[in-house]
Amino acid sequence: MFRYWNPHIERMPIEDLHKLQEDRLRSIVRFVYAHSSFYRQRFDEAGVSPDDIKELSDVTKLPFTRKLDLRNTYPTGMFCLPENWVVRYHVSSGTTGKPTVVGYTQGDIDMWTDSLARALTSIGLGRGDVIQVSYGYGLFTGGLGLHYGAEKIGATVLPAGAGSTERQIELMQDLGSTAIACTPSYFLYINEVAQKMGVSIRDDTKLKAGIFGAEPWSDETRKRIEDSTGIKAYDIYGTSEMSGPLCTECNLQSGIHIWADLFLVEVIDPDTEEQVEDGEQGELVVTTLDKWAFPLIRYRMGDLTILNREQCECGRTHPRIMRILGRTDDMIIVRGINVFPSQVESVLMRIPEIGENYQIIVDRKGPLDVMTINVEVTEAAFSDKIADLMLLRKEVSNRLKNVLNLTAEVELVEPGTIPRSMGKAKRVIDKRKV
Amino acid sequence: MVAIKQISIFMENKPGRMARVAKALADASVNIRALTIAEAGDFGVVRMVVDDTENGYKVLHEYGFTVSETDVLAVEIRDVPGGLYEIMNTLSANSINVDYAYAFVTTKVEQAMLILRVDDLNGATNVLSEAGVKIATREEIQKI
Repeated sequence: MFRYWNPHIERMPIEDLHKLQEDRLRSIVRFVYAHSSFYRQRFDEAGVSPDDIKELSDVTKLPFTRKLDLRNTYPTGMFCLPENWVVRYHVSSGTTGKPTVVGYTQGDIDMWTDSLARALTSIGLGRGDVIQVSYGYGLFTGGLGLHYGAEKIGATVLPAGAGSTERQIELMQDLGSTAIACTPSYFLYINEVAQKMGVSIRDDTKLKAGIFGAEPWSDETRKRIEDSTGIKAYDIYGTSEMSGPLCTECNLQSGIHIWADLFLVEVIDPDTEEQVEDGEQGELVVTTLDKWAFPLIRYRMGDLTILNREQCECGRTHPRIMRILGRTDDMIIVRGINVFPSQVESVLMRIPEIGENYQIIVDRKGPLDVMTINVEVTEAAFSDKIADLMLLRKEVSNRLKNVLNLTAEVELVEPGTIPRSMGKAKRVIDKRKV
Repeated sequence: MVAIKQISIFMENKPGRMARVAKALADASVNIRALTIAEAGDFGVVRMVVDDTENGYKVLHEYGFTVSETDVLAVEIRDVPGGLYEIMNTLSANSINVDYAYAFVTTKVEQAMLILRVDDLNGATNVLSEAGVKIATREEIQKI
């Protein structure tokens, strides 16, 4: 049983969808060239004029834009409409550099909301559901984005925000939340606190779905969440530059549907900057097709993913991106080997004796990089025997070595000692002085 | 069944960790009869026999420690030279292996008490009883 918010668009024949994308691409390119000195200069430097963009494949003629451009034009140098058109700002936290500002017209907010309305409907939510929005509200896009999307589909919103975890669990029970939206690491923490309070998410709440994003997470973590709480865990994607969280998997949990009428996606090799074949891993590049205050032209997201254009069994014709594998700037280089935290996570989550929280610490001892992975020992696995613990440590280390091709030291730590996060979890601590 | 329950705690090898265990037990008025720490580099396992195991386990669990319970034997040993030999000799003659052991002396019972973790609990109970070694029950440990 599949439900659609906008069946006409969501199941539009692929040729019609391409036609629509083509029309919209031409419009947005003309628009940014006419309205933004930033884009005009970029296009001129690249020797491309809006007239050169005739069909979809011409997108590769356009220059890339990057987070750095956004920082260099801080605060609003990449906006394409005057500030009096802007009905809202959001500001990124600047965890990986200077903060960046994004802005929306009323139409842009409506587009964002509509995108989420389609997404939330696709996972089976609607009127009668109580959606607990436990993303941060405020400058961060997560809270308000989900809030508007959830209201749009007629669901009841519980705008819990991040934090006050015990209260969240009480409200979840008292108001009968059926879905929650937050970072996967925060949900794991909620589950941990619930257990301490003697509350079983599976038996004592009505929660059936979680919408998790804003940080990379693995299928293994999904399995852990689903097995331990009985809910369905859905991946959501969207960055503040694209609007905010926008697109989710459908109820088949097989990749995130990116609405093609709103976004033109490409996946490129980050080094050669050429498009890769569908099915190959690369960096996501996004051009917005229906966003006006702050449009994006070939914006390098920095997120690594795989594009899948095969039609989904749910009937939606829009392409899917497979789970975000990491960010180009998440990657740590240890002794010359590239390591993504998501690789470490997928190894760890397959080992039942260790908990959901982990931390990767990179340090330098003399000339050599040393990577240490801290993992928590679960009570269920603790047997009193030192030999078992030594074996567990060896097992974790061996499995990591198989995947990473790198020897990592593994430290077993007490449960609850790795810092918990209510927003984006900090998994990597790099102590190397460069 | 004469086996008694020992509490084991997983612990990082860091200042203050043992103090937290001690505080938890003190708050719950649980008295420690015997205790040993096995360390393995950056972590270790604390093993202890206490007067009120249920309560001790509960409070440690509530404090967030990784805790488990293990069956061990508490045998009385004569506090004279050769006392330990009698017991070990009996066990070895019956091919029973001792995983670990620790001892304590009590004032009320004028004897030493040996906590034993063996690979064959029932076998050890039988052969030691036959050899005339007294094995303390849970009640007796509580009363010390």
